[in-house]
Amino acid sequence: MKKLLLGDEAIALGAIHAGLGGVYAYPGTPSTEITEFIQADALARERGVHSRWCTNEKTAMEAALGMSYAGRRALVCMKHVGMNVAADAFVNSAITGVHAGLVVVAADDPSMHSSQNEQDSRFYGAFAMVPIMEPSNQQEAYNMMQSAFELSEKLREPVIVRVVTRLAHSRAAVEVHEAVDVQNLGVCQERWVLLPGIARARYAALIDKQADMLAASEASVYNKQECGGGSLGIIACGIGYNYVKEAVGSSANILKVSQYPLPEKAIRRLASENSSIIVVEDGQPVVEQQVKALLGAEYPLKGRLTGDLPRAGELTPDNVAQALGVEQKPAHAASAIVAPRPPQLCQGCGHRDVYAALNQVLATYPDYRIFGDIGCYTLGALPPFKALASCVDMGASITMAKGAADAGFFPSVAIIGDSTFTHSGMTGLLDAVNDKSNITVVISDNLTTGMTGGQDSAGTSKFEAICVALGVEPEHVRVVVPLPKNMEEIKQILKEEIDYPGVSVVIPRRECIQTAARKAREARKAKENA
Amino acid sequence: MKIDIILCGVGGQGILSIATIIGEAATKAGLNLKQAEVHGMSQRGGDVQSHLRLSDEAIYSDLIAQGSADMIISMEPMESLRYLPYLAKDGKIVTGSEPFVNIPNYPEMESVQKELGALHAVDIMDIDAVAKSVGNLRGANMVLLGMAARHIQILSAEQLQDAIRTIFARKGESVVEANLKAFQAGFNGVQE
Repeated sequence: MKKLLLGDEAIALGAIHAGLGGVYAYPGTPSTEITEFIQADALARERGVHSRWCTNEKTAMEAALGMSYAGRRALVCMKHVGMNVAADAFVNSAITGVHAGLVVVAADDPSMHSSQNEQDSRFYGAFAMVPIMEPSNQQEAYNMMQSAFELSEKLREPVIVRVVTRLAHSRAAVEVHEAVDVQNLGVCQERWVLLPGIARARYAALIDKQADMLAASEASVYNKQECGGGSLGIIACGIGYNYVKEAVGSSANILKVSQYPLPEKAIRRLASENSSIIVVEDGQPVVEQQVKALLGAEYPLKGRLTGDLPRAGELTPDNVAQALGVEQKPAHAASAIVAPRPPQLCQGCGHRDVYAALNQVLATYPDYRIFGDIGCYTLGALPPFKALASCVDMGASITMAKGAADAGFFPSVAIIGDSTFTHSGMTGLLDAVNDKSNITVVISDNLTTGMTGGQDSAGTSKFEAICVALGVEPEHVRVVVPLPKNMEEIKQILKEEIDYPGVSVVIPRRECIQTAARKAREARKAKENA
Repeated sequence: MKIDIILCGVGGQGILSIATIIGEAATKAGLNLKQAEVHGMSQRGGDVQSHLRLSDEAIYSDLIAQGSADMIISMEPMESLRYLPYLAKDGKIVTGSEPFVNIPNYPEMESVQKELGALHAVDIMDIDAVAKSVGNLRGANMVLLGMAARHIQILSAEQLQDAIRTIFARKGESVVEANLKAFQAGFNGVQE
């Protein structure tokens, strides 16, 4: 049977059909739809597959490791920068090894369509010394989930499945097979206690497994060679294969790479059969560097490092065709009159009222800074508000405001969303409380994870309790309703709390208008059906 | 036979629904399809686009190469111009005529019209007014799909109408009928 699926949905269905026990994830573009698909899937529900959102990527990774320990196949999904958050657990999961299959999906975002960097998750595979699979299309994404779980159980190591935005968010028909039963290996009989003496032995075992990982890559059905003539060898990684095929069809010598570690024998063969090689990979020049080390500096190798492909930004059919010397079609010139249309906060969004109030109150001080965070409200950095001094990583608003206050700067204000606060803001707030830092933290609570499309937020209805429990004085935890009619009250409260010399928290709380509208539609529909 | 289409507009205008319907019709017709969407941050009032590729042969790239789109289908006139480098020299633009102004520096309509007028083949219509005239205020995207349907030769109007029925079925018969009506109005309304 064929189904029209996004790359993300193909991953999700592939995992369910591979007998998944649970998915653990925090929303992040372009990975969000994987978990959402599993949450909505009838078979996954019937089987009781765990799919509730986690507080952050680290808790997700650890919970998945626990599920693997208990004998069930577990999936972790995140955007590329989520790998940084999960890294401690992830890298050490290669040392403990896994019991039931554990697959980590990292969705990279070259060109930063919706991200703050374009780091390449394949570095994490090499760093942790575990295999990576990189599908080139939706069908492979589906098929690979079964393969990845099998490989993980065979090697007893986590396996990364790396995708990029253009695969995650592109639809194609996928041939799906029968679902296998939920796997249950029973609880692990080993202890995964990484005390130094044990960890050294485990690390040695991981090093020993490298030969098996390499052998698996050399034999993988996902790595294949095509001979089409000429003297140029093309190493086409993941989605890069599609752009190469689009440009040259079957008239080139291609080594398609979709499983790592790199198949060294196949690369040496490609090198010996051709006079030069070009590496076509989306993201950073990970493979190019490795191939250079493998073949030596003398071998003519082209790629992103040599400027034959752009050093930054995603691959496109155009830059790949150009790099391969394929003539491109004549194109219209870009229009000179088209104006940029950046994303903006919705009309009627509560974040707008928060920024209007903050800007008005803070304008009365000689100088001020608002340290921002990651979410829809990052758009407060753009006109008309231009309110933010920074946006770096999840939770950095509070800690950067604290650091600035420690340096004597005043007023130092942080703005953070509800979901981002529970993801990575709480620990920073505890630091500020312990240091009695003179900061005001605005938790702009819209009762959801808005930017990724309105997923449940881990801390909903718990924020005042969390802040007080972390040590913020109860009289300095203030709640307001961000609406234009309340503007004077909001400004008054902000002013009082900014002037309070210590840690204060102001929580403007009003539901995201998008999720509110969606709930209203659902309620209306339920009423009609009743 | 193949067709490469750029679908575009402003976040919230309903271009993904158009893509979903064409995708459904193509899949049912046994065609190969690739459809790259934009999700996430750019949905919030920013420009959105989707690359839609249909063919009876294998399709590799999820993205359309520059100079090779057979058609740009746009909800909005300036957005149709944003993707000009993708349009084939003999490609067609099908666009709504009414500007969606949510930026302070939206260009003069006169210059937008002039640039559109200089192109090879442009179908332009006030899709909001047509949607309103058939009593479907939110149906401008279906009017646009109807306009474009004449030029999507790889699929028939009936196949697209079937897909509208399938996609909107869960929203009830009245929604299906309203969208079919909007589609038909767009289909009939194209000035040849």
